[in-house]
Amino acid sequence: MRSSGWPHAPREDSPPYQRGQTVALFIPCYVDQFYPQVAMATAKLLRRQGVPVVFPQEQTCCGQPAFNSGYWDQARRVIHHFCRVFRDYRWIVCPSGSCTAMCRVFFEHVDARQEIVSVGRRVFELTEFLVDILSVTDTGATFPHKVTLHSGCHGRRELGLLEAPLTLLRNVRGMTYCELPNIEECCGFGGTFSVKMPGVSLAMGRKKADNIVRSGAEVVVSNDVSCLMHIGGILQRNPATRHIRTMHIAEVLVAGVD
Amino acid sequence: MSEHIQHLSGAKFHAQETKGLYEPVAPPALGATAERSSKHNIAEAAKIPYFQQWREAAHQIKRYAISNLDKLLVQFERNLSAKGVTVLWAEDAAEANRLVLEIAREHKVRSVVKSKSMLSEELELNQVLSDAGIEPVETDLGEYIVQLAGQRPVHIVTPAIHMSAEDVGRLFAARLGEPFTAEHEQLTDIARRHLRQRYLEADMGISGCNFGIADTGTIVIVENEGNAGLSTATPPVHLVMMGIEKILPSITYLPVFLNLLARSGTGQKLTTYTHLIHGPAPGRRMYVLLLDNGRTNVLADMAALAALFCIRCGACLNACPVYRCAGGWAYGWVYPGPIGAILTPHLVGLKQAGILPFASSLCGACGEVCPVKIDIPHQLVHMRHRAVSEPSPARSLTEQFTWMLWSWFMCGPRRYRLAMWAVRLGVRLAAWLPWHPGKLGAWTRGRQLPRPPKAAFRRLWRQVESDE
Repeated sequence: MRSSGWPHAPREDSPPYQRGQTVALFIPCYVDQFYPQVAMATAKLLRRQGVPVVFPQEQTCCGQPAFNSGYWDQARRVIHHFCRVFRDYRWIVCPSGSCTAMCRVFFEHVDARQEIVSVGRRVFELTEFLVDILSVTDTGATFPHKVTLHSGCHGRRELGLLEAPLTLLRNVRGMTYCELPNIEECCGFGGTFSVKMPGVSLAMGRKKADNIVRSGAEVVVSNDVSCLMHIGGILQRNPATRHIRTMHIAEVLVAGVD
Repeated sequence: MSEHIQHLSGAKFHAQETKGLYEPVAPPALGATAERSSKHNIAEAAKIPYFQQWREAAHQIKRYAISNLDKLLVQFERNLSAKGVTVLWAEDAAEANRLVLEIAREHKVRSVVKSKSMLSEELELNQVLSDAGIEPVETDLGEYIVQLAGQRPVHIVTPAIHMSAEDVGRLFAARLGEPFTAEHEQLTDIARRHLRQRYLEADMGISGCNFGIADTGTIVIVENEGNAGLSTATPPVHLVMMGIEKILPSITYLPVFLNLLARSGTGQKLTTYTHLIHGPAPGRRMYVLLLDNGRTNVLADMAALAALFCIRCGACLNACPVYRCAGGWAYGWVYPGPIGAILTPHLVGLKQAGILPFASSLCGACGEVCPVKIDIPHQLVHMRHRAVSEPSPARSLTEQFTWMLWSWFMCGPRRYRLAMWAVRLGVRLAAWLPWHPGKLGAWTRGRQLPRPPKAAFRRLWRQVESDE
């Protein structure tokens, strides 16, 4: 697969991570409210690597829904709140490619001031933090299932993120990785797009579901639960695909390591 | 008469057809063909180790060209005039159509052969010519098919991508009285037979222009069928229609663009024919019509400048999952797909086309394949921002109010918890309702709702912390 080739927004890699440095969790609002087990797994994964984890309770949202809908003034207000909350953390880790892309790439579009942009650049998606920053490729997980990866578009195209989740998955014990046909194709979620253009969104989602069935996987894993909410919602509607589970990659990476 | 005036003002925006962006109606053949072609082109490009550098180079050259339009266009005109080419300038479709008709009248033109030009679609030139008693014949096979069918092109490179060979066979049988066939070779043979005579009879040839080279005054046209060569060289008068953004500063830069255009458009190394036209042959007349038609609107929006870098290869259409579902007509105007979604609002105005930038999941496939590296996915969000800030069908007070409320709730942890409690309660209650209104209904018509957990993470985490 070829990279987008446009310059990915800079990520603040240096100074490098020092052992014992605190990581602040940024848990996207829908994960916080609907998928707490994903956030738990994220915290567990990091702690297992000896990383002290904090969760700033004042955090809310990265502003992406308003930003993508064109309401930049409203998004800006939320981004300012985000930056107030995370201002003092050197390392911010988020279990979502899409929300990470919002922070790292798009904060700059609504407010180019250094104090805003620099907070955004300190946000890392979970798998890239594990692989690129902590140099972890094996989390010690065991997951004896047939798994395929849905790689969220924002993470892959805005952040150049595909290798990290694949690397981590390859080292999971007992797992059979199933290639997903047309892995690069969007699942059709797209945030508000899914309810604004529901016909097209569903047609795209059903195509993705067909490809998942063709892959032979029993579990679809992704680093974006938002896509999975849409894909899983479609899979559950169809009795023939109801057995296919959706899981965040963090849940798989902590499986069987207690 | 009133209809005539309307045609003179250019192609109208078909707002009704944009319904297809919500509920797709395009034939599945279109999506399958676009997908196949996109995959093929991407695979071909990947074989070239320096393809990414070419894209970057092309991007920078285009940035230079668009930033220096004022100087380059004047240089271009000077070099063309020196070769005996008449250069005309038109601000909008009405002026362009008037100029075309004046030229036609001057040369007593009764029939015209046209090679592919999306610009002429912006003018609805075929209609204008027909209204003036001049018969236009499209000579590009795809355009010819679409013209016979009385349709608009669904794609900027492959206008009849929505039709199968059977469809074309039936069309030829009905409109040309030919025996039905679905064999590609026989179909092209039929088209060739019907078109050949037209070139010889035509009083004027009209063509588009892929690149206009400023430092040499060259018109560059690429094609695969030979029809552009015939329609520009056979008739005594040749009229080139060129959008002002097609300018390249120097012929030195042409090779990289020829490579990128062919590879991204059709997956070829080069097109079968590349015409470099340096002026009229002795005894012939040549006109170049430079058209703005809204392009300078883009210049007024610095953040959108890259929208003018487009070389019309169609790669973003083929790569776009929304285009594959919705087809070309659903974009309401001449340019469909992601590039249409950002360009059309500039050209016809947000007031009409403000909904187009929303027809995207922002997946970024378009930006990944664009040979001149237009940041289309970012442009889409930029145009959304403009569409809700300026008069446009996307602007809604209710929505604005909702987002204001949302941002208030998202600006403090207590408000956030309150709002999210309500959302979770709502989702839980929705499971008991037989029918869901509005956006909720748009979700549940094809997808299950997630089941809200007992407690949010932030509460569970407090527990974890206090346990430790």
